[in-house]
Amino acid sequence: MTAEELEQIAQSTRAEYAKFDHEINVCMGTGCLSQHSDRLKDVLANEVTAQGKNAFVRRTGCMGLCAAGPLVLVDPEETLYQHVKASDAETVVKSLGGEPVAELECNLREHFEEQVHIVLENSGHIDPEKIDDYIARDGYKALLIALTEMTPAGVIHRITESRLRGRGGGGYPTGLKWSTVAKATGETKYVICNGDEGDPGAFMDRSVLESDPQRVIEGMAIAAYAVGASKGYVYVRAEYPLAVSRLTACLRDARRRGLLGNNICNTPFNFDVEIRLGAGAFVCGEETALIASIEGRRGTPRPRPPYPAVSGLWGKPTLINNVETFANIAPIIRNGGKWFASIGSERSKGTKVFALTGKIKNTGLVEVPMGIKLREIIETIGGGVPDGHTLKAVQTGGPSGGCIPANLLDIGVSYDALMAIGSIMGSGGMIVMDDTSCMVNVARFFMEFCMTESCGKCIPCRSGTAQMFTLLTRITDGTGTMEDLELLEDLCSTVKETSLCGLGQTAPNPVLSTLKYFRDEYIEHIVHKKCPAGVCPIKAPVTASVEVPA
Amino acid sequence: MPAFTPPPLPSDDKRWKIVNGTMRKNGFARYALIETLHTVQSSFGFLDDEAIRFVAQSLRVPLSQAYGVVTFYHYFNLKPPGKHTITVCTGTACYIKGSGKLLEAAEKRLGIVEGQTTGDGKISLMAARCVGACGRAPVVLADGELQGQMTGEQMAEQLERWIVE
Repeated sequence: MTAEELEQIAQSTRAEYAKFDHEINVCMGTGCLSQHSDRLKDVLANEVTAQGKNAFVRRTGCMGLCAAGPLVLVDPEETLYQHVKASDAETVVKSLGGEPVAELECNLREHFEEQVHIVLENSGHIDPEKIDDYIARDGYKALLIALTEMTPAGVIHRITESRLRGRGGGGYPTGLKWSTVAKATGETKYVICNGDEGDPGAFMDRSVLESDPQRVIEGMAIAAYAVGASKGYVYVRAEYPLAVSRLTACLRDARRRGLLGNNICNTPFNFDVEIRLGAGAFVCGEETALIASIEGRRGTPRPRPPYPAVSGLWGKPTLINNVETFANIAPIIRNGGKWFASIGSERSKGTKVFALTGKIKNTGLVEVPMGIKLREIIETIGGGVPDGHTLKAVQTGGPSGGCIPANLLDIGVSYDALMAIGSIMGSGGMIVMDDTSCMVNVARFFMEFCMTESCGKCIPCRSGTAQMFTLLTRITDGTGTMEDLELLEDLCSTVKETSLCGLGQTAPNPVLSTLKYFRDEYIEHIVHKKCPAGVCPIKAPVTASVEVPA
Repeated sequence: MPAFTPPPLPSDDKRWKIVNGTMRKNGFARYALIETLHTVQSSFGFLDDEAIRFVAQSLRVPLSQAYGVVTFYHYFNLKPPGKHTITVCTGTACYIKGSGKLLEAAEKRLGIVEGQTTGDGKISLMAARCVGACGRAPVVLADGELQGQMTGEQMAEQLERWIVE
């Protein structure tokens, strides 16, 4: 494959589609598929033939607005239809070239206008299993530029210049990580893509892998060139069968096109990728645990240093980045580091994909520039809390994160700002809670998660999470005491400071942040034996507490 | 040193050949343990003692280590699933939207707790950590098919259909 050949594929693919007057894109991400959008696509295709329209019906990845699925996007008009049923196919096809079908139109301009799509630029526009669709939208151009015009050091320089930070949650500077692996001595090095999206309530990685898998493969190949690796692994959850099957198909196509394998693009660069399935262990999102799992062992973390960059998979220098981090690489190489660094806030550059869910009108996937106010995400893009309820908190970072109260909605979303208020950026789960959610119960929910997911290797995490869970259960039962609360706070700091890995070190975060902002709810449970939201199963009888009359 | 000969297949069930295929593809290397267990589970539906022993021997992994891996990862089942499986997602988005009540209702109707199968082997009740369809919460998987925005009534109907089958 040469640059000319790549350009030729892109042009002929574009020319092929240009023959059609219309393109009907049918979302076949997991959300819409669960509402049978696959059948809808077939019906639409039959309808196009029956009505003799010159239109192309395409399967695409996620369009983001899962709540309004199944979604259909008609190009070039850019008309978005929501809740499309098979019985609507006739009307939709009939309307092509004329007035759009008003009752199906999705008019959420503000939902889309506030977003900036880099990672999701192809989602909903290409068929994820057609490599030529990806190439037609500048796919693999970045890999060719890197291989033929840049040195590995030049690639790393560009990534450093972009000031991209790891999107898995930690926010470690990607360029710095790459250069550490590049400098590490050793013939054999590995690149691993962390797709073990264990945070319950997050589905960014899944969506990227389902909607635009080639982008991740291209990012990995560029990374491998930069650090000097020739073998890569994508570690993906077995719970994501669609992502696995699309990724498998894409790897096969990339090999066929000579974009993976030996002597890629007639250069000495060799690279290939294998898929490794996770098996349902949250702790495997931690890099050393993930490596143990790829090696076929129990996913238990080990102390660092040595960091995987020096001694990782099978003791070799290993680069581990998250799916979304790799998805950012190709655009940075194509458009330059400065371009990327011009988007976002002072210390957090680019965009972030969030899975916006919970008590919010427009649930789904959104991509926003860093630094955007949380309020804008919730109110403008998300459409606010439905059914007349009021917003109580926004949870970010999953079991490692915290709850942000409604009065802090005006902070800008960045790694540092979220950290400063006791939460974290995390991988991108953003769960909105309204007045029907009990914050103590939420803390208990996350603690149960961490307790079950603790690998058991270190005592603070293994016992600490279990003890904290017991205390939280007592409080939600109405049998807790103020001493319990004190003990809980004490345990939080012990577990945070003494656990071996990130799971344990961050497990107390949901408790700490709810204690910080919603302490009154804890007190209400303990002292007045009441759950303000009416969620907790208060067991204890209401004791006749003697109230001293004023 | 004599070359290692993998143990014979436990029976002439064709599925063992698929399992063996995974191990051969990986050159019977120890790191193929999890991959192989995945193949066993997708072929047989669960992992029994015989399967774990066979895989451990074939990959020259101590049985204790193989068993440790099987029990460490939630995805692996040691018991055969029922004829039907209902999986309630208990991820955060589903929890906020009331998946706890769904799970409770299913437990009550079936008379079993999460992770068990009814006595007649008809229905297994599972809880998933998160299936990543949070945009459609609360989510239930009926025999693997994802159903979003699930209500108590819808789930009850599904269970009744299976029960009378």
